[in-house]
Amino acid sequence: MALTKAEMAEHLFDQLGLNKREAKEIVEMFFEEIRTALERGEQVKLSGFGNFDLREKKERPGRNPKTGEEIPITARRVVTFRPGQKLKSRVEAYAGTHR
Amino acid sequence: MTKSELIDLLAAEQDHLAYKDVEEAVRKILERMSTALASGERIEIRGFGSFSLHYRSPRIGRNPKTGDSVALAGKYVPHFKPGKELRDRVNSAFQEGGAITLASDDPDSDSEEVDEEQVAAAR
Repeated sequence: MALTKAEMAEHLFDQLGLNKREAKEIVEMFFEEIRTALERGEQVKLSGFGNFDLREKKERPGRNPKTGEEIPITARRVVTFRPGQKLKSRVEAYAGTHR
Repeated sequence: MTKSELIDLLAAEQDHLAYKDVEEAVRKILERMSTALASGERIEIRGFGSFSLHYRSPRIGRNPKTGDSVALAGKYVPHFKPGKELRDRVNSAFQEGGAITLASDDPDSDSEEVDEEQVAAAR
């Protein structure tokens, strides 16, 4: 099972004095504000968690994997995530079964 | 945008909530997300993206100072895959603005220098 917005809202409802509507709204707005900042070309730094960075990719040659036809992949801006040290060390400690 | 700027923005929008509640909510959201990843659970936010763990195989590393070999254990690292809405919004703002001037203060982002030709092409 994956963690979803609904579960995060439920968590805020349980842990803080927020009602369900408020909890749902703040979770929604949390992600929306991050998207909006990235959309206007701004990096987002969430200390302890990680940074959402923007990178500009130049046009490069691509290929339609089905037809083999060559089509250029246009220049674009993409989002990357760099986990912070704290998150990295917490995840590193995860001893899950590697498949 | 930093965490505290994000809190300020949210507090301004949710003016029926006390500032400290918004602050606490942001802290709890991030803590819940970190806990999920630390226990090997994925995170899926529609329109934003998903976080999962990627495995890194054990390898022989080197102490850069002494040159000695060190055996490094396999480990997991967090990975983010942007969702379609996020990808599209970020890229279409870029295409429309022809905004080649990305203020990057990230010291180790490899420099993808933008040349005149690309600027012209983006217009």
